[in-house]
Amino acid sequence: MSRPRRCAVGTLLLAGALPLGAQDTTARGVRIGLRYDPGSKPGVIVLPISGSAGDSIRTILERDFDYSDRLSVVPLDQEDVSVLEGSTAAGSTPELNYSIFAKVGAAGVIQTTITTRGLHVALHDVVKAGVAAVREFPLPKPEYSREWRLAVHGVSDAAQEWITGERGASQSRIAFVRSYVVRVVDSDGQEEIALPAVAEALSPSWNSQGTMIVYSTFGPDSRIVLQDLRSGRTRAFGSQRNTQRLTPVFTPDGKSVVYALSGETGSDLFLVPVDGEAIPRKMTVGRGSRNWGPSFSPDGTRLAFGSDRTGHPEVYIMDADGTNADIFTAFDFGDQNDRTSPDWSPDGRQIAFMSRIDGQYQVFAMSLRDRQPRQLTSEGENEDPSWAPDGRHLVFVSTRTGTRQLWIADTESGRLRQLTQVGGTRVPAWSPRLAGK
Amino acid sequence: MTQMTRSFPLVLALASIVAVGACGKKKPGAAPAPAMDAPTTRDTAAERRARDQAAARESARMTAEAAAARQRMIDDSIAGASGADDSMRRDSDMLRATITATIGFEFNRADLRDDSKAALDAKIPILLANPGVSVGIAGHADERGSTEYNIDLGMQRAATAKRYMVERGVAASRIEVTSFGEERPVCTENDQGCWTRNRRDEFEITAGGPMLAKPRS
Repeated sequence: MSRPRRCAVGTLLLAGALPLGAQDTTARGVRIGLRYDPGSKPGVIVLPISGSAGDSIRTILERDFDYSDRLSVVPLDQEDVSVLEGSTAAGSTPELNYSIFAKVGAAGVIQTTITTRGLHVALHDVVKAGVAAVREFPLPKPEYSREWRLAVHGVSDAAQEWITGERGASQSRIAFVRSYVVRVVDSDGQEEIALPAVAEALSPSWNSQGTMIVYSTFGPDSRIVLQDLRSGRTRAFGSQRNTQRLTPVFTPDGKSVVYALSGETGSDLFLVPVDGEAIPRKMTVGRGSRNWGPSFSPDGTRLAFGSDRTGHPEVYIMDADGTNADIFTAFDFGDQNDRTSPDWSPDGRQIAFMSRIDGQYQVFAMSLRDRQPRQLTSEGENEDPSWAPDGRHLVFVSTRTGTRQLWIADTESGRLRQLTQVGGTRVPAWSPRLAGK
Repeated sequence: MTQMTRSFPLVLALASIVAVGACGKKKPGAAPAPAMDAPTTRDTAAERRARDQAAARESARMTAEAAAARQRMIDDSIAGASGADDSMRRDSDMLRATITATIGFEFNRADLRDDSKAALDAKIPILLANPGVSVGIAGHADERGSTEYNIDLGMQRAATAKRYMVERGVAASRIEVTSFGEERPVCTENDQGCWTRNRRDEFEITAGGPMLAKPRS
């Protein structure tokens, strides 16, 4: 990755203080003076922030912008920072020399002030030479807490929306399993926590509000476990002799769970309401074949899943009522490579999956429109892709470092970053955008 | 925790047995007074003494012989019994090994290979001869493929073996199937040899298995 050359802020002219406009004067989704092209990466400068948590906030914002792969962060030299400090007193906005910012490749400048309630953030449009957006963001206390960090990610995402027209996805988390315990980490790899262990867990998945996680346990007492992240309460159901329950997902309305029940005569998908004791409804008619790994389209009308009904595993799509099942990954006749673990993108346009190629599993994405598979990985074994809420990034498991780790790929640029550092990490599930408490 | 609560009443019971035993023991120092031996014959003291000594010798000899005979009988009985036991135990261990022998599978497949069918064919008559025995079959997979897919694959591998045995007369209720997917590997090398060993069904006797009877041939 190449960064724009360093910004010579030392030559900035800080001419007086401009009074700030009223809060939220700009409409959501305002764009700065450029036509944003998904292939481009407008430069953005995050000005130093005064106050005890200022450096941390700035670090989080810059890292989120970098990880977004939609913006390139223009760094500032340390000596330049000293020039700016003292001029950015609370409640005042120094007038910036936009021509200098334009020369170093910045399209936008983020100016942040810590207030008693949170952050006051202004986006300067370098092309139009003026303030494009101003907004107050409340931050929960205490500083540096998990919820505080999540709120700062929300500032990043809003700023990305101002600049690119599309909200960022950094205010999200990734659930995964290590040593059979469900763990949750922020999108930037910070603040990893473990959920209480009920039994040996696999296959975590989020509801569309990001308030609950459902997962399965395996072995003789295989169950489905619902974990409420706000109350901490868990509820498990389904223990039954001679069966395994696996790959649970919430329906998009959050009212039901669809999972695979693997028994003595194959496996089928079943739907059961989250509340109450209703009898699970069978959704697939496998007739002894295996059917598992469901993933809903964002509108909830269709369902992708893995099935070996034609001999070896492929990805199928059916209507949410279980009818009209049709093969999605229709590859060449005679191709015995299997394709499994579908994950429908949040924008509804693509399905990611894993496929065996030359004896190793790799991550693919395929658009529903043209059905041209795109191979996104090639190094090591790469499995279990899950889309970010931006519909652009994927988290997946890779063995490329020698141990199983979570990696994140930008499906536009192919850029990769390693999310976790401890081996034996797997079955990731990216949350929806989280609003915080 | 369960272990604790379960053993606690046992400890109490043992303690009370010890207490009861202590109470039941007789106190020393209360021996009965010896009876007075009145002289009833006119034999001389020397004659009486000689007769008594002879009788005592004879009695001692007989007692010793009886004791030896009794001991021989006990020894013979123990030897005979344990000989039969050893042979039965050896048979039972062999039968157990046959029942718990692992069977293998091909990559990505849950159907039975010929050698796996032969291994199951050896288990079936033993299970039929021991109707009190229940078994658990756990299907396993190698590390390739998704975690969840392998749980499902392991389940189907266990189910295939169960189906084969049920079709040949073993009651379905005696066989419980589960899956551990790729979660319990017997080896972790990243090569074909290890993957082959990990693609397996494991068999466990879950009930009724202390002594197994040989099937009648």
